[in-house]
Amino acid sequence: MPNNTPSEVSVTYPRAVVQVGSTARNRRRVRLEEKIVRSFLFLCASLGVLTTFAIVFILISESLGFFEHVSPGQFLTGTVWTPTFANPSFGVLPLVLGTLLTSLIALLLAGPVGLITAVYLSEYASPRVRRAVKPTLEVLAGIPTVVYGYFALTFLTPLLQRLLPGLEGFNALSAGLVMGIMILPTIASLSEDALYAVPNSLRYASLALGATRFQTVWGVVVPAAMSGVSASFLLGVSRAIGETMIVAIAAGQQPNFTFNPLRAVETMTAYIVRITMGDTPHGSVEYRTIFAVGLLLFLMTLALNLISERIRQRYKGARL
Amino acid sequence: MIPVVSRSEWRARERRREHLFQIVSALVVLLAITTLVVLLTKILLEGYARLNPQFFTSFPSRRAEQAGILPALVGSAYLLLLTAAIAIPIGVGAAIYLEEFAKHNWFTRLIEINITNLAGVPSVIYGLLGLQVFVRTLAMDRSLLAGACTMALLALPVIITAAREGLRVVPKSLRDGSLALGATQWQTVRHTVLPVAVPSVLTGVILSLSRVVGETAPLLVVGAVVYIGTLPESVFSKFTVLPVQVYNWTTRPQHAFQENAAGGIIVLLALLLTLNAVAIYMRNHFQKRLPI
Repeated sequence: MPNNTPSEVSVTYPRAVVQVGSTARNRRRVRLEEKIVRSFLFLCASLGVLTTFAIVFILISESLGFFEHVSPGQFLTGTVWTPTFANPSFGVLPLVLGTLLTSLIALLLAGPVGLITAVYLSEYASPRVRRAVKPTLEVLAGIPTVVYGYFALTFLTPLLQRLLPGLEGFNALSAGLVMGIMILPTIASLSEDALYAVPNSLRYASLALGATRFQTVWGVVVPAAMSGVSASFLLGVSRAIGETMIVAIAAGQQPNFTFNPLRAVETMTAYIVRITMGDTPHGSVEYRTIFAVGLLLFLMTLALNLISERIRQRYKGARL
Repeated sequence: MIPVVSRSEWRARERRREHLFQIVSALVVLLAITTLVVLLTKILLEGYARLNPQFFTSFPSRRAEQAGILPALVGSAYLLLLTAAIAIPIGVGAAIYLEEFAKHNWFTRLIEINITNLAGVPSVIYGLLGLQVFVRTLAMDRSLLAGACTMALLALPVIITAAREGLRVVPKSLRDGSLALGATQWQTVRHTVLPVAVPSVLTGVILSLSRVVGETAPLLVVGAVVYIGTLPESVFSKFTVLPVQVYNWTTRPQHAFQENAAGGIIVLLALLLTLNAVAIYMRNHFQKRLPI
């Protein structure tokens, strides 16, 4: 290499990384470094798999300890959940029902609202409206759930109590509604993606046949995007089922076996938080209930996520 | 099926329907915006009065007027830094592996599917994981370190995804150029890809870390304490964080504590806003100086 090359040149370009005329020793060193770095990076990437195994292992092993005392049949079909009482009963259905009730309310709000928002944004809205609405949804998605819980308890519940005199101070209704606001951005943005994936040729064909814009949107575009839209609903419900703070704060922490949205309920997540915050002795049956409930929760959300992911993969690959 | 109506009648009806839908959707979209405005207004009105120096420098107290967020604020800052120290190297490392090194085989696919699924696991489950692994098995007890490890696991899937997107900003030609000069894979990453990708990777990573600041449920499970009379001295100290403090105050029946909660929420939201602003500033700042 000629010596007259000024060394300052390398300031603006990537540094020369391979030494010219590298010796065999040098090459060995480089190869060793390569190997070490590669293994380290591989370990980093594998940590996720390890985490999954750890979650599954912990939930199952602790649940097995629980099911030594309580039969799975009793657990899954019982309608009374009083693990901390002197004479405990371990029927998980009140918690499951509380979870499903609040999630259903959330979906009833966020489903239609999210879909209409998505349709409006992708088919109607001017760029100016989009610029206003998109950040709003992003901010809503970024608000911590404990803040939503505060909002449900101190604002929405008192407001609804004026309209519905029978509403309890803690109730499934306002927790569910606020949870609907929480999952709205998920549903709206994923549904919008699905609507975007519908090719324009379908819209043109429909319009060319004399259909109005409304007929085109609801008769052609939305049905064509239906699988993506339903995937977004499933993911939203999965979020709602796994959500903890809103329900722990606003839905009350009483495992009532009820379909009445005006009453207090306890969800699976809220129960886990209640027990871990108390001073339940480690290793006792009631301590192990949180892992059995956690396992059930994990399986429910996993199933929803997998179905949702599958549907999305399918419509991603499909060409209309 | 074509309804038997005159053409003008049909057209008028369709036009009405179109208008009606536009109005309905405008209302629906307004609902989202209104909710956000109402929520922020409510919190500002309730909590504004509490934002005095005493609130920032006091410990929690049985008397609402004397209570403050000092340990929660310090705890949140420590937890964020510690979580970042654990999660960023691992997350970026995993992203580099998946983007730059991994072959397309079944194990890589397993890792990718796994990361997608981990992102969907409810946060309270991560709390159970942390409780059993870090608090009990590794005997970290209810410490800052146990909390940070738990939060790092929770944040990893998001960080990896964000970091991978950041790495994809680098054009393939740069990698090819470096490899053609005889550099190894790692030399290429270390000297060519990373210098270019750092801003975009860091932006994504900071945005995903901001999730850690607002997370409450796993920390309640892992054992963030609510009453605390001292600031954390080491990573093995007990700790509390802002969202946990807010949760505690929210669930008290007295209205004065709920004002405290609103005050805490304002600080929490301000913190989140700052983190996001830093990330966006970094993105804009470095974008201009991208060497390509």
